[in-house]
Amino acid sequence: MSGALLSVEDAVVDLPTPRGNLRAVDHVDLAVGAGKTLGIVGESGCGKTMLSRAVLQLLPKKAKLSGRVMFDGQDLTTLSAEKLRKLRGRSLAVVFQDPMTSLNPVLTIGTQLIETIQEHLELDLAQARQRSTELLTAVGIPAPEQRLTQYPHQLSGGMRQRVAIAVALSCEPKLLIADEPTTALDVTIQAQILDLLAREQQRRHMAMIIITHDLGVVAGRTDEVAVMYAGRVVERAPTPALFKQMRMPYTEALLAALPKLDVPPHTPLPAISGRPPDPTRPLKGCSFSPRCRYSAGRCSTEKPQLSPAETSEHLYACFHPIAARVSA
Amino acid sequence: MMLQAASDPLMKVENLVVEFSVGGKTIHAVSDVSLEIARGETLGLVGESGCGKSTLGRAVLQLRQAVSGKVLFDGHDLTTLKGEALRRMRRRVQLIFQDPIASLNPRRRIGDIVAEPLVIAGVKDFEERRRRVSEALSAVGLDPALVSGRLPHEFSGGQCQRICIARSLVLNPEFVICDEPVSALDVSIRAQILNLLEEMKARYGLTLLFIAHDLAVVKAVSDRVAVMYLGRLCEVGPSEQLFARPAHPYTALLIEAIPVPDPDVRPTQSVPVGEPPSPIAPPSGCRFRTRCPRADARCASEVPELRVVAPGQFAACHHPLI
Ligand SMILES: Nc1ncnc2c1ncn2[C@@H]1O[C@H](COP(=O)(O)OP(=O)(O)OP(=O)(O)O)[C@@H](O)[C@H]1O
Ligand SMILES: Nc1ncnc2c1ncn2[C@@H]1O[C@H](COP(=O)(O)OP(=O)(O)OP(=O)(O)O)[C@@H](O)[C@H]1O
Ligand code: SF4
Ligand code: SF4
Ligand SMILES: [Mg+2]
Ligand SMILES: [Mg+2]
Repeated sequence: MSGALLSVEDAVVDLPTPRGNLRAVDHVDLAVGAGKTLGIVGESGCGKTMLSRAVLQLLPKKAKLSGRVMFDGQDLTTLSAEKLRKLRGRSLAVVFQDPMTSLNPVLTIGTQLIETIQEHLELDLAQARQRSTELLTAVGIPAPEQRLTQYPHQLSGGMRQRVAIAVALSCEPKLLIADEPTTALDVTIQAQILDLLAREQQRRHMAMIIITHDLGVVAGRTDEVAVMYAGRVVERAPTPALFKQMRMPYTEALLAALPKLDVPPHTPLPAISGRPPDPTRPLKGCSFSPRCRYSAGRCSTEKPQLSPAETSEHLYACFHPIAARVSA
Repeated sequence: MMLQAASDPLMKVENLVVEFSVGGKTIHAVSDVSLEIARGETLGLVGESGCGKSTLGRAVLQLRQAVSGKVLFDGHDLTTLKGEALRRMRRRVQLIFQDPIASLNPRRRIGDIVAEPLVIAGVKDFEERRRRVSEALSAVGLDPALVSGRLPHEFSGGQCQRICIARSLVLNPEFVICDEPVSALDVSIRAQILNLLEEMKARYGLTLLFIAHDLAVVKAVSDRVAVMYLGRLCEVGPSEQLFARPAHPYTALLIEAIPVPDPDVRPTQSVPVGEPPSPIAPPSGCRFRTRCPRADARCASEVPELRVVAPGQFAACHHPLI
């Protein structure tokens, strides 16, 4: 996609393990424009976090990355450590599943916010302090002045995640990556945090990537969705198009496996049997074939490539895609 | 207080109070909770983190001492039983934990882990123990020959939860408390484990208390649902009825917050900002009043009692939605 703020081009992440090479990300292409939200969905271990760490250039030391990560006109894979560090604080921000990963337990909330702000923006202490309280107010934290003197462990999980978001937003990033930002939180708090992210994203015209294993989380809150399986993107489409017509059997199965409120109790769930393949033992054919109920013919011998459906925006990797439904 | 005209309650909790003392302060974890669970029924228990769900479950099992109240299991008050009598009763009640990996001893083999309850219960015959372990492992879809000799770290989260379920079934219990059994698992494995629990329930004729904070998960397996907030029960009712017509504003809030996998359903923005107040100093009157859109003066002064709002449905609210 031209003109995108971020575009990941043919990214491959390999990790050496005692069992052999583990391909965590397998030839992935993605793009997200300013002011847009991309959802990345998939089961545990499918490579969502590795992909986001490839974007942030925060891969484990032993990892090998190939491909390009174009952000705001430059290829991040070629930048120096110093340039990257500046960029990560300023234009590229991240919120992790566990807010304690992003927060420093021995520093007060105030110190963390003020230091981040002063490191990247030219503000004096009073201005940085002022901005910190504004940010805490923006993320819905009552009595922000008092919070500045508190330590992360003195806050609840939901409050901590708000603070982590405030720190991430403090330098007006162009792109925010939220890696399962609400998985550890309650439904009510989860809804609040997702609302908060959506509001700030709109207000700042920021690009955002939301990573989750719950299709319910991305449905109402993203412009585009990429579904990952075993390191690859297996379906990608504008959100409404995806939910209107899923083409990839895996996407359909993932949605079907979610418990639904409109189904009577004790109805057996259409679970996906088995587990994803061992990533150190890649399959020759479609990685989903051992679990796929449509698997036939070349599914087990040949890899389906990501290719367009009716529109060039809806891509899927499947030899026997789900046919267009007859609309009522 | 009768919560349901259950003809044959297997478990009956009456006015249960559990408190913790931390640094001279009292945490009101479970306050005056009464519940009935009929034989063969699954009762779902939902509520936010910290509202007292696990504490209630543990107090039912006598793993936590209650300040006051009764726990009647099959007519016997567990809170007054001691020694061998309590042990005999407890064998009929089992617990499955939230974190499957952490609840398995990493240095013991799967066969020994699953056999542990039998050893504790005094089953001395080795052959009998092996037979019962094999039965339980097969029931949860694991091959006893393949898994018995292996260690927990060789298994995925979903498989560890299967092992925990096998361990809880090996004594043929009648009543099982499942404390967030699928919260740590991702969507596809979650569906497998929920189906497995349903199968086990039918096969062993179990009665379940199913604790979770995900309402859709609770609805999938429960005949009735109880909603808790800050140590108190807000609402109890038949699952479908409760989800279709919640009476308590907190139940309605929980239902509204569930993410719906449909892009045409825009997420509602009505969720009130704010967090549950501290269980050390819970609000006077109705504990939900600091977040409730319907709260008035009466809510601050008077504790709402659970009362009937529809057949089989009870809510503790001065201004119920139905
Ligand atoms: N530091 C590491 N060293 C070696 N392998 C790793 C490392 N971190 C992750 N992996 C492996 O890389 C693969 C992709 O993992 P990743 O963390 O990206 O998955 P994920 O989709 O984020 O899963 P989850 O939903 O559980 O967070 C997995 O097979 C995982 O076991
Ligand atoms: N051992 C303990 N000592 C002191 N306080 C405790 C202890 N266990 C629980 N609490 C407190 O009691 C209250 C109820 O906790 P409980 O674990 O029962 O909640 P929960 O509903 O199970 O939450 P979650 O969904 O997070 O598991 C909380 O305020 C908690 O901090
Ligand atoms: S390519 Fe074949 S196995 Fe893979 S998802 Fe499509 S139908 Fe299923
Ligand atoms: S009693 Fe009052 S505060 Fe409590 S839930 Fe009902 S209306 Fe709201
Ligand atoms: Mg991850
Ligand atoms: Mg708990």
